[in-house]
Amino acid sequence: MALMLVKFDLKKRVKLAQTVWFMYWFAVMAGVLVFSMGLFFKIELRKRSELMDNNESHFLPNLLIFMGLVACGINAFGGKICYDSLDPAKFAKWKPMLKNFLVFCVGFNALLFVTALLCLVMRIPLQFTLAEGLRNGMKFYKDTDTPGRCYMKRTLDQMQMEFRCCGNDNYRDWFEIQWVSNRYLDFSSKEVKDRIGSNVDGQYLMDGVPFSCCNPSSPRPCIQFQMTNNTAHYSYDHYTEELNVWNRGCREALLSYYGGMMNTIGALVLLVTLLEIGVTIGLQYVDSSLSTLANPDDPESESEGWILEKTVKETFTDIMAKMKAMGKGSKVEEGAMAGKAPEME
Amino acid sequence: MPFMPVKFNLQKRVKLAQGLWMIYWLSVIVGILIFSLGIFFKIELRKRSEMMDNNESHLVPNLLILVGLLACGVNAFGGKVCHDSLDPIKFAKWKPMLKTYLLLCCGFNGLLLLTGLLCFLMQFAVYLTLAEGLKNSIKFYKDTDTPGRCFMKRTLDMTQIEFRCCGNNNYRDWFEVQWISNRYLDMSNDAVKDRVLSNVEGKYLMDSVPFSCCNPGSPRPCIQHHLTNNTAHYDYDHRIEELNIWTRGCREALFSYFSSMMSSIGVLIFATIILECSVQLSAQYLTTALETMEDPENPECESEGWLLEKGVKETLTDCLTKLKTLGKGNQVEEGGDAQEAT
Repeated sequence: MALMLVKFDLKKRVKLAQTVWFMYWFAVMAGVLVFSMGLFFKIELRKRSELMDNNESHFLPNLLIFMGLVACGINAFGGKICYDSLDPAKFAKWKPMLKNFLVFCVGFNALLFVTALLCLVMRIPLQFTLAEGLRNGMKFYKDTDTPGRCYMKRTLDQMQMEFRCCGNDNYRDWFEIQWVSNRYLDFSSKEVKDRIGSNVDGQYLMDGVPFSCCNPSSPRPCIQFQMTNNTAHYSYDHYTEELNVWNRGCREALLSYYGGMMNTIGALVLLVTLLEIGVTIGLQYVDSSLSTLANPDDPESESEGWILEKTVKETFTDIMAKMKAMGKGSKVEEGAMAGKAPEME
Repeated sequence: MPFMPVKFNLQKRVKLAQGLWMIYWLSVIVGILIFSLGIFFKIELRKRSEMMDNNESHLVPNLLILVGLLACGVNAFGGKVCHDSLDPIKFAKWKPMLKTYLLLCCGFNGLLLLTGLLCFLMQFAVYLTLAEGLKNSIKFYKDTDTPGRCFMKRTLDMTQIEFRCCGNNNYRDWFEVQWISNRYLDMSNDAVKDRVLSNVEGKYLMDSVPFSCCNPGSPRPCIQHHLTNNTAHYDYDHRIEELNIWTRGCREALFSYFSSMMSSIGVLIFATIILECSVQLSAQYLTTALETMEDPENPECESEGWLLEKGVKETLTDCLTKLKTLGKGNQVEEGGDAQEAT
C-alpha cells in the first residue's frame, strides 16, 4: 500500500513535470539567495572583526555559502531531469541515478534545516565574543601609535556614531579606562600628576567620554568632559540629562544588529528548506509516475505516483533489514576469507 | 528617390520585427530606470532641503519622473505594435496611427534632449542654493527651541558627520556665529559677559566648533574648543594640525555629491536618446517595409523600406508648403466667412 497514491494520465504527468521544473528554477534562485546571504554575513563579520578581537567564528557564514552552492547545483540538476522527463529516450539515461539522487536530496534538506536552527542558536556565542572584544577595543582606544592597533580609535569612533551607542554596557565604561594617550598629556602639569597619582594603576582616568558618544539630537552643545560634575556646566544635572550622550551600550547595539540579521537569515533558510522539500516530493512523484507506466511503449498510458512505495513502517523495517544484511554480508565475507586463507596454506 | 532604401524579404522582415520587439522591451526597462532615478533624486533633495532653505528647485526630478513614465508608455506601445506587425490582420488596426506615433516619438526625443541638458545646467542653481542655505543653517544651529527650526542642529550635525565636512567654506565659519543657545550660557559669569560685550552685535563668539566636525581618524582625542590657542592644549599647533577636524567645507562636499548624481543621470539620459533614436529609425523601416508589399495578400513577397519617402530636401520643402497651405487655408476661410457675413 503506497503512501499518498495519485493516479496520472499523460496530461497530468506533463503538467506535473512542468510545475516541478518551474519550482526547481525558483529553488536555484533561492540557492543563489542563500549563497549571497552567507557572503553578506561574512563581509559584515569581517568589517567589525577588529571589535571582536579578530576572534569571531566564521562557521555559520561558511556553512551558508557552502549550502547555497550545493543547493544551486542540486536544483539545476533536478531541473534538467524534470525537463528531460517528458522525453522517454532522454529520461532513460537519468533513471538509474534517480533513487540515489532523491536520497541525497533528503539528506541535504535535513542539513538545510540544521543550518536554519544554527542561525537562531549561534547568537549566544556571538554575545560572548562581542563582550570580550569590545572591552579590549576600548582598552586599546588610545594606542594610535601601536602598529596593528592604530586604527582601533577610528573603528570604535565610527562604530559608536553609526550604531548610536557609547561604551560597552553604558557610557560609564569610559570612566574606568585611560582613553587619552600619554603622548598628549602634559606630565609637568600638577593636575595631570594628581590624577595619575590618585589611582593604583597610574592611569589618567576622568569622567569624560570621546566625542563619538555625543547625541546630535541634544538641544545643547555636547558635554563630553566633567560629566558627573553638575557645577562645571550651567543648568546641567547629569541625573536628569538624557539626550546629551547615547544611553545604549555598544554590546547591546551590535548584538541586536547581528541578532536581527541572523534571525532574518534563519527564517529565509527555513522557507528555502520548505521549498526544497516541496521539489523533492515533486521529483519523487515524477519518478514514480514514469516508472509505473502500464504500457512502457505507449506514452499516453495511465500510471501511478507515490511518495513511498510501501507505508512508512514497512519502508523503515525494509531499510533496517537491508542495513543488517549489509552488516552480516561483510561478516560472512570476512569469515569466508579467513576460511580460505588457512585452506590455501 | 527614397532616403536610404533597403530591400526586405519575409525572413528579413520577421527578423527586424523580432529584434525591434526585444529592443522595445529593453527601452521600457530603461524608462523604468529613469523613473526610479528621478524618484531617488527627488527624495535626496527632500532629505537635505533643510540645508537649502527649503528653496531648492524640483524641476529636474519632476521632469525625470515624467520622462520615465512617457518612455515606458511609448515603448510599450511600440513593442505591442511590433508584436502585431507579423500578423497582417492585427497590424491593419494599428496602421493609421503609425505616422502620428512616429512624429510623437520624435517630439519625445526632443524632450529627452532638453532633460539631459538641464541635468548638467541646473548644477549651477544647486550650488547657489546650497551656499545660501548652509549659511542660514549655521546661523540657526542654536535655535533648538524655535518651532520649525528645532531640528536644524541635528540635521546639520548629521550632515557634517555623514559628509565629513565642517562649516560652509571651512571650519572658521563657526567662529563667526553664536552656536550655543543663550539658555545654556551663564549670563552672571564674568567670562561670558566679557565675550558677549567684546563684539558689536552682543553675540557669544568663540574659536570652537561643534563635535560633529571631529575627525575620527585623528590620533588624539578631538580638540573642539580654543582651536586657535596653541597653549591651551599640550603639544598642539593649530597651523600644522590636519587630522583633528574635517578641513573640507560642507558646501563643497554636498555640491560634489549632488553634481556627481546629476552628471551620471545626464549621461544615462543621453545614452537613452541614442537608444530611442535607433529604435525610431528601425520602427520607420518596419512600417515602410510592411506598407510597400507588392502583393498585399502574399506575405512572402519582397518589399522595400526607407527612412524618408523622398530625399531630405524634398521632404523639408513638402513640410514647408504644407504649413503654408495650412496658414493660407485659415486666411481663405476667414475671408470667405467675412464675405458670407456681409
